[in-house]
Amino acid sequence: MQTYDLEANGLRDLNAALHDQNTETNQTRWDVINPRGSHAIAVGLDAPIEVNVKGSTGYYCAGMNKQAQVRIHGSAGPGVAENMMSGKVVIDGDASQYAGATGRGGTLVIKGNASSRCGISMKGIDNVVHGNVGHMSAFMGQSGNLVVCGDAGEALGDSIYEARLFVRGKVKSLGADCVEKEMRPEHIELLRDLLARGECDAAPEEFRRYGSARQLYNFKIDNAY
Amino acid sequence: MTVKDNNENGPPRTAPIQSATFSNPINAEIRRAAATGIYDIRGGGAKRRVPHFDDLLFLGASISRYPLEGYRERCETGVTLGTRFAKKPIHLDIPVTIAGMSFGALSGAAKEALGRGASAAGTSTTTGDGGMTEEERGHSKTLVYQYLPSRYGMNPDDLRRADAIEVVVGQGAKPGGGGMLLGQKISDRVAEMRTLPKGIDQRSACRHPDWTGPDDLEIKILELREITGWEKPIYVKVGGTRPYYDVALAVKAGADVVVLDGMQGGTAATQDVFIEHVGLPTLACIRPAVQALQDLGVHREVQLIVSGGIRSGADVAKAMALGADAVSIGTAAMVALGDNDPRWEAEYQKLGTTAGAYDDWHEGLDPAGITTQDPELQKRLDPIVAGRHLRNYLNVMTLEAQTIARACGHNNLRNLEPEDLCALTMEAAAMARVPLAGTAWWPGRDGAGF
Repeated sequence: MQTYDLEANGLRDLNAALHDQNTETNQTRWDVINPRGSHAIAVGLDAPIEVNVKGSTGYYCAGMNKQAQVRIHGSAGPGVAENMMSGKVVIDGDASQYAGATGRGGTLVIKGNASSRCGISMKGIDNVVHGNVGHMSAFMGQSGNLVVCGDAGEALGDSIYEARLFVRGKVKSLGADCVEKEMRPEHIELLRDLLARGECDAAPEEFRRYGSARQLYNFKIDNAY
Repeated sequence: MTVKDNNENGPPRTAPIQSATFSNPINAEIRRAAATGIYDIRGGGAKRRVPHFDDLLFLGASISRYPLEGYRERCETGVTLGTRFAKKPIHLDIPVTIAGMSFGALSGAAKEALGRGASAAGTSTTTGDGGMTEEERGHSKTLVYQYLPSRYGMNPDDLRRADAIEVVVGQGAKPGGGGMLLGQKISDRVAEMRTLPKGIDQRSACRHPDWTGPDDLEIKILELREITGWEKPIYVKVGGTRPYYDVALAVKAGADVVVLDGMQGGTAATQDVFIEHVGLPTLACIRPAVQALQDLGVHREVQLIVSGGIRSGADVAKAMALGADAVSIGTAAMVALGDNDPRWEAEYQKLGTTAGAYDDWHEGLDPAGITTQDPELQKRLDPIVAGRHLRNYLNVMTLEAQTIARACGHNNLRNLEPEDLCALTMEAAAMARVPLAGTAWWPGRDGAGF
């Protein structure tokens, strides 16, 4: 196992070292100590390695991740795992705004709460939040799944495309063109798998499903505010 | 006779007078709005007349300055972009680049033609709001990858195989606005690249999803640099509205290059009212932007690329004389490829328009086969021939700019300066901060700036 002291050795060398890893690497486990809220930790990874960040992170931790498993043993700042392509990112604490923004694949697990715009513009990522999510979550969500075990804030799924939203608790309000949809058996099965990958033991039957009414898909003036 | 005429035709009458305010085109637009209930959407940039480079003239050399021999004495045209922080700055042979235009708005063949023409002329092309295509990567020696609010098709692999990254904050045609690609142009391939169902209208957000404001932008740029190993020049593109402050903030956020797009700059589609009524003319943007760079001590260290209504080598030379390091062309490049060519006049007429005025690019019915995803229409554009035309046009622009620079006594386009210029109108004098022709004065010269 490699231990990297971020405070002592700096961000550039950390990311460069992580970028040097490939599928054949033997250095598969990395612990990053003293992150102290630094930005852009472990961004742009593209190897099947495991990175444990021992503390809280600033903006964009694990941004654009491919293949790697990144675990934040603390809370994450804005834009954690933004535009993730594949792999898995787990946050033991809470996540700030735009968690998993524009993510195209992989799994993001937030053990605590997520702030506003969680899963904004998501494009295929699976996003499992054990706690609550803030307002405008899954805004313009195109594809992928957002699972919220707690409550969702205002305007959930505003202007949503084809992303699927599952919420166990209360939804303060739905955004434009977002509606509740029938929870069919295939959705229960999908959700069961998502919850398992999301390290969550909630029962899928307790969730409601939300998605697009598809009324904004082609521009009509009567839909304009 | 007069009495007789009066008896036959009645007393003399006032001739019909059309209102300058309620002109026929204005009234037609009111009737159109009343009938349809929707604003007009179109492509292109501002069509109204605004103060522009045409309102400036060069003062050629004579006794007080001496000129260089045309064709015989060298006049350098190259420019290096990204010298501030990037490990691998890009060098262009000419200071005219191709602006961002998306695959989706344009056909794949049109993107290929842009790549071919630009590469042959020694300059760069730019992706757009739809990701990077093989056509443009394969045919562009130097490719700038746009990082946009929608993040359609965005991925770290394309980020790494780009030669530079352009964070798009706004564009001159619609500063403060997002975009819309109507369903007619969302083919299977476009839909797949953008992770959307086929045939739906694709909206592009007006703000980035994961940052707001200059402090966030600084961190976003840090992330992009870390992902790409600090190799790529990072551009920040803004629409011309508050150029002094926006350029200063882009510099503060860590940009290597600032791209500044005035209101004549085109778009694939937005509301006509937006295009014509929001933003500054390109001419009005340059001096405040250069002032910001000078005040921060980074003029020439952070390069400035100006776009919006660049048509000729004279425009290139004027923009550079005002302090730009390079310019960018979009609409002009499309015209060079064949957009709005009178050879398709019969088809423009069928669409209710005429060559030179066609701007419904969003409908995907382009007779020239450029702004379309229709397989049959696309075949009308031969990317090899169109690329050659673009190369020729870029070469002509460069030769024209060199002609002017030599006449002003400069052996490098970069050495053109405001002192080489005068203005034909008070407005242009004020905006360009060069003297009104025949005087030593411009409005605001001794005033409080802008």
